[in-house]
Amino acid sequence: MSTMTDAAPRAGAAPEPPAWISPLSAVRHGLLLTWRSLIRIKNNPEEVLGLTFMPIMFVALFVFVFGEAMMGDWRAYRDFTIPGITAQSVIFATIGTGVALNTDIEKGIFDRFRSLPVARSAPLIGAILGDMVRYLLTVAMVLLVAVVIGFRPDNGLPGVLAATAVLMLFAFALCWLSAFVGLLLRTPMAVNIFGSLWMFPLTFASSTFVPTDSMPGWMAAFAGANPVTHVTDAMRGLMLGGPVAEPLLWTLAWSLGLVALFFPLATRAYRRRS
Amino acid sequence: MTDAIRAEGLVKRFKGKTALDGVDLVARTGAVLGVLGPNGSGKTTSVRVLSTLLRPDGGHALVGGFDVVKQPHQVRRLIGLTGQYAAVDQGLTGTQNLVLIARLLGYSRPAAKARAAELLERFSLTDAGGRPAKTYSGGMRRRLDLAASLVGRPSLLYLDEPTTGLDPHSRNELWNVVRGLVDDGVTVLLTTQYMEEADQLADDIMVLDHGRVIATGTPEELKNRAGHQVLQVRPVRTGRLADAAGVVESVTGSRTRSTDDSVHASVTDPGMLPEVVRRLDAAGIAVAELSLRKPSMDEVFLAITGHAAEDTAALNGHSPERTNA
Repeated sequence: MSTMTDAAPRAGAAPEPPAWISPLSAVRHGLLLTWRSLIRIKNNPEEVLGLTFMPIMFVALFVFVFGEAMMGDWRAYRDFTIPGITAQSVIFATIGTGVALNTDIEKGIFDRFRSLPVARSAPLIGAILGDMVRYLLTVAMVLLVAVVIGFRPDNGLPGVLAATAVLMLFAFALCWLSAFVGLLLRTPMAVNIFGSLWMFPLTFASSTFVPTDSMPGWMAAFAGANPVTHVTDAMRGLMLGGPVAEPLLWTLAWSLGLVALFFPLATRAYRRRS
Repeated sequence: MTDAIRAEGLVKRFKGKTALDGVDLVARTGAVLGVLGPNGSGKTTSVRVLSTLLRPDGGHALVGGFDVVKQPHQVRRLIGLTGQYAAVDQGLTGTQNLVLIARLLGYSRPAAKARAAELLERFSLTDAGGRPAKTYSGGMRRRLDLAASLVGRPSLLYLDEPTTGLDPHSRNELWNVVRGLVDDGVTVLLTTQYMEEADQLADDIMVLDHGRVIATGTPEELKNRAGHQVLQVRPVRTGRLADAAGVVESVTGSRTRSTDDSVHASVTDPGMLPEVVRRLDAAGIAVAELSLRKPSMDEVFLAITGHAAEDTAALNGHSPERTNA
């Protein structure tokens, strides 16, 4: 530590930050913080485990535990439920967006960014974009495991890509709800618990794992109105063939509605909290 | 030269609770301003207002000549901030944390890496640079946090309770770092609840209590303002402690406090020293040490506020007139 009291050695003077933040540097700041969000995946063994092990476990458990009982043939159930498991995995992962935002604020990391001449929106943009990449990795893992156990969707790669695009759109909309909750509640733990509370009914009371017509009337009505049902049905149609237009329209409507409501709420909460 | 910080009448309320109740504050360029006060006195709120993280409800503040509310971006270009808790990303390595900030500040990739390496070297973290920050010890994390706040070579540094929770060794290291920065010409605003820290580092001290400034001055001035000196008597045999206390009390007329081996008393007239010596001698008390000194910052704080600086729990119990504050 003896060198500390010496005058600071220079590694080139600090570049003079511009007097205001141009839209271009705002984008650059956002992308730098996206990079930060993604580096954390690499450095955190838990997160790598969550991103890889969870999809493997879900696919294996649902297909091989429930498969025969549900449809008499695990292969038929596999094809039915893989689009659902993909949707469910990503929708559950959106809780992470709120938890991560809350953690960053609690730990004072956002304060650090906000005390720098950095675009105000950058931490939020970085968190959301980084999570979109996480969602894509989740989709890739689920589908990889599915292919390994013989999933060969009729519509091939174009169908899979289209289904992924639909899911990402809905996840993008839903992560603003999660961000809002994450910015509203006090602790990461509370965000996690609250998130799980509505994620379970949302993902299970839908067409993800069983056809909705097997449910009692009131539950079928709930499942029929559930956006997760629309997303899953649209994905199923795109991957395996079947009606696409109606569930796709519903998914678009829900996504637009979620963004219209929660984007302003989340950004307002963000400005207040941070 | 203009002052680095000039704030007048800062007010901040949280849900009806007044955190800052008209705070005036001046930090001279190139000096260390120590903001002293117990928990909840408004230290952190002051720092958050002056670092543009919080909008004041009243008053105004200029940092480097820029208004913290109207020109926050310009203020942010001048300042570095190190919070109470280490605000580094635990999921990133030390190097990644510093590179990220350098890149955000507009450094090119190679320049950012060079700056990170330079700061890690300066803070003895070179070997740990490749490890995630969550594997660091408390002292290392605090040093990384300080390094992070220095990436952009700020001319004004806020240190919000930088040594809270650190062991004495890490605390000394951090003090040396701060002294080095001041030698480099950096202005420092340091909040602390440790009197010793303010005494060690600060050129000027401002004492906050319940969101109000209750005293300002140099450490020397504050000690003088307490209006008394402290007489300390250490008998050779601790068995004579009570007798020594009796003698001191009868001469000075003030109540004594005793530690394990010595007696302390407030003294306003240094002229009574020969009398104390004579009376101790007459009572046959052999004295190992006898000294007259200025009060410590702890004693000053006690004299100014009427309660100790670090003991807010006791404060609530012992001074009921303040519990509604």
